Amino acid sequence: MVHALIDGVLTGSVYALMATGLTLIFGVMEIINVAQGIFVILGAYLSYYLQLHFGIDLFAGLLITIPTMFVVGIVVQRLFLARLKGPEKTAMSILVTYAISLVIEGILNIAFTVNNVQLNTSYTNKSFQVFGVYIPYIYFMGFLLAIVLLSGLYYMLYRTRFGASIRASLADQSAAALVGIDVKKVSTICFGIGIAVTAAGGMVFGATNAFNASTSYDLISRLLTIIVLGGMGSLAGALVAGIAMVTLEDLVGAIWSPVWSTMAFFVVLVVVLSFRPQGLFGQQSARAA
Amino acid sequence: MSTTSTSIFSRPANWIWALCGVLALTFPFYETDPAYQQIGVYTLIFVACATSWNMFSGYSGYVNLGAAVSYGTGAYTLSIIAVHTHPNNLPGSASEFWLIPLAGLAAMVVAVPIGLIALRVRRHTFVVITIAIFFTFQLIAINASFTGGTGGLSLPYIPWAASYFDVPFYYLALAMSIFAIILSALVRRSRFGLQLLAIRDDEDRAMGLGVEVGKVKLTGYVMSAFTIGMAGGLFALLQGQIYPQFVFDPLFDISIALMCFFGGFGTLVGPVLGAAVLESSQQYLTVQYSNGSLYLILFGGLFLFVILFMPQGIVVFIRQKAKQRSDQQIAAAAAAGSNA
Amino acid sequence: MSAMLEVRGIARAFGGVKALNGVDLTVERGSITGLIGPNGSGKTTLFNVITGYVTPDSGTVSFEGVDITRSKPNQVFALGIGRTFQLTRIFGRLSVLENMLVATQRKESWLRGLTRGMSSSDELESAMEWLKFVGLDGKSHLEAGALSYGQRKLLELAYVLVANPDVIMLDEPAGGVNLTLINEIGEKIQALNEQGKTFLVVEHNMEFVMKICHTVTVMHQGTDLTSGPPAQVRSNPAVLDAYLGGGDDDEEEVVA
Repeated sequence: MVHALIDGVLTGSVYALMATGLTLIFGVMEIINVAQGIFVILGAYLSYYLQLHFGIDLFAGLLITIPTMFVVGIVVQRLFLARLKGPEKTAMSILVTYAISLVIEGILNIAFTVNNVQLNTSYTNKSFQVFGVYIPYIYFMGFLLAIVLLSGLYYMLYRTRFGASIRASLADQSAAALVGIDVKKVSTICFGIGIAVTAAGGMVFGATNAFNASTSYDLISRLLTIIVLGGMGSLAGALVAGIAMVTLEDLVGAIWSPVWSTMAFFVVLVVVLSFRPQGLFGQQSARAA
Repeated sequence: MSTTSTSIFSRPANWIWALCGVLALTFPFYETDPAYQQIGVYTLIFVACATSWNMFSGYSGYVNLGAAVSYGTGAYTLSIIAVHTHPNNLPGSASEFWLIPLAGLAAMVVAVPIGLIALRVRRHTFVVITIAIFFTFQLIAINASFTGGTGGLSLPYIPWAASYFDVPFYYLALAMSIFAIILSALVRRSRFGLQLLAIRDDEDRAMGLGVEVGKVKLTGYVMSAFTIGMAGGLFALLQGQIYPQFVFDPLFDISIALMCFFGGFGTLVGPVLGAAVLESSQQYLTVQYSNGSLYLILFGGLFLFVILFMPQGIVVFIRQKAKQRSDQQIAAAAAAGSNA
Repeated sequence: MSAMLEVRGIARAFGGVKALNGVDLTVERGSITGLIGPNGSGKTTLFNVITGYVTPDSGTVSFEGVDITRSKPNQVFALGIGRTFQLTRIFGRLSVLENMLVATQRKESWLRGLTRGMSSSDELESAMEWLKFVGLDGKSHLEAGALSYGQRKLLELAYVLVANPDVIMLDEPAGGVNLTLINEIGEKIQALNEQGKTFLVVEHNMEFVMKICHTVTVMHQGTDLTSGPPAQVRSNPAVLDAYLGGGDDDEEEVVA
């Protein structure tokens, strides 16, 4: 029980980080980035590659992988997503990002084979004891990393001028454009940021789970569930739902059976949506768009 | 997108339909290789599913990325009944085919509660919820005991010779496709279909003009589950063995959507064309190269190309080109006339 | 004359902003009632409340003596109240004629829609008749999204009319339209009114309102300031204050 709680909060914060990227992208651009899952895996493979071939430590490698993923995000946004417009924009964005996801999945399968790998370091298997439970160091370090990055992100959003223009775009894009915000630029950079966080999320995920390219399906379904539950486009929602859901999953796993723990995820989603169709932190919209 | 009624063979499109019909009807006669006949069956299964999917998602704009829920429900319903009615490995027979409509009905029954929950939310959220519900179903199929878990279910073996084994399946799949196309055409021409299209364009406005949007959406969603469920049942019979990850396959969900967008989202012909081109080429590539990863890259790449350069799909793209040409001809004729 | 539509004490807040704060409004049978007021005074919100798009926090709306406060938009429409939107809302990817047909089945259940064609010959005829009335009969097979702004306004008016509602609510019918068209719309409203249709019109164009309306209700800061014949309202000093005093322009009107 205690173990499940601690583990849930630690792992949940990493999911919250990845989901924040996803919800940011949706909120600003109305794009549902189904490729978020494969970007996480791509981030994990980047860390894996750097460690395997250059002996670069996982955490030090983030200094390379985070900017790399940021650039990947900007390129993808410029090449494909910036072209989408019209009434089916969001639906098309799902398909485009799914197609991108398939291409990356194919490339990763060829480059790294379909065999599962896991990121290992000297500290991945060591644990320390808290409240009588053993916590592996990597979980704790992943948690710290997520907290640092989330704090950075929130600082940027709430304390800088650029962050203010992102939040304005989150609230209302056309209004933001009217007050002179370069929505196009904000969109591109937001997509970059949304993808950049997957480098960190992917590294921690890869160090705590065995993965291959198809693991991305499982990841994306959880991340999407988290942002829908939190309310699509809501930053606070992504944070709270991310931690709550993973904790709940771990609790169900500990109390009932690990087999059904993922199920709890979706059951909660269905129940919450039956009462609050807009999600926990979503704004009630009079208009069904 | 207006509908004008004209006599059947006055438009070239109808000739193409007729030609395709004849080619499809005679396919098992000129293509006798079982491997290629099977490609024909799969292609038709996807024609039926894509057409049926489009009848709801294409018309209403509510993109359902959980079509595999209906497909898998159909496949499992048929398999479970078949297994229970054939204890001790009794051989199967053509009478199993009567279970296919039942598979479709089961998919419809399952679609009702899903629709009631998923259709309450905004369009974007709907997509995501369908994905989430899909994974829930996959999870149940993997973990429940009545589905046989990851080991799947083995259906009664139908003792037919390999040389003509696929032929009955082929004609059933063809019948299903024709059924789906006719149903989709009827819906498009009904008041109900008009209401779905109105919902696609502006749901709130439609509501303000008396359209009972909730009931209309639910009806469309449940109707589209029927053919997809039947197709799942047929697939199970054809395979003789089903596994959770094959009938509850995320690639199935996305393939159907890709086929419709590729051909023309919300059009009648688009899904047929999209499914025919994409599924047959996929099956062909698999038979020829058996490299799934390469296929993913090609499939994804092709789709990106289509959506970025022909965002409304091939059918609309061709129509627009044809219209531009005829407009130019009319303009040229008018210019010539005014000069004379 | 008797009251057809009665609004009593409607209040609705969005977040902390009181968009409506106890409005009363009466629309008499056979009248053209004007609803005016500065931006942000709550006119469009009141429209949304009457037509079921927004549920009020308190107060009642009744139509022909029936309480419709919590009815859904499709139910309100089925009872006989049709409306247009300030920013015209048409079905852009349907043809002009199909736009008309969406509205023709005012009292029909959804089940009937499954078993019937898109239109009956009667419906087709009346759809074409109303299109002719607004001068769009020549464009019936065009995609509605291709129409100009003014034409969209006319189409929206036409498809509200084709359903034969008893009360027609127009949200800024003259907004953004050229002068010739404004006069034309005004004449059409008057012609229909003579045939017995009741109108409730939100409009900023005072000349238009003074010309066609029988009674005018002035809204200010979410309540009704005064009502009466146009001439009387025009000479009411409080109305002038409301417009000149302004001060509530900071509050955005909430559009459904």
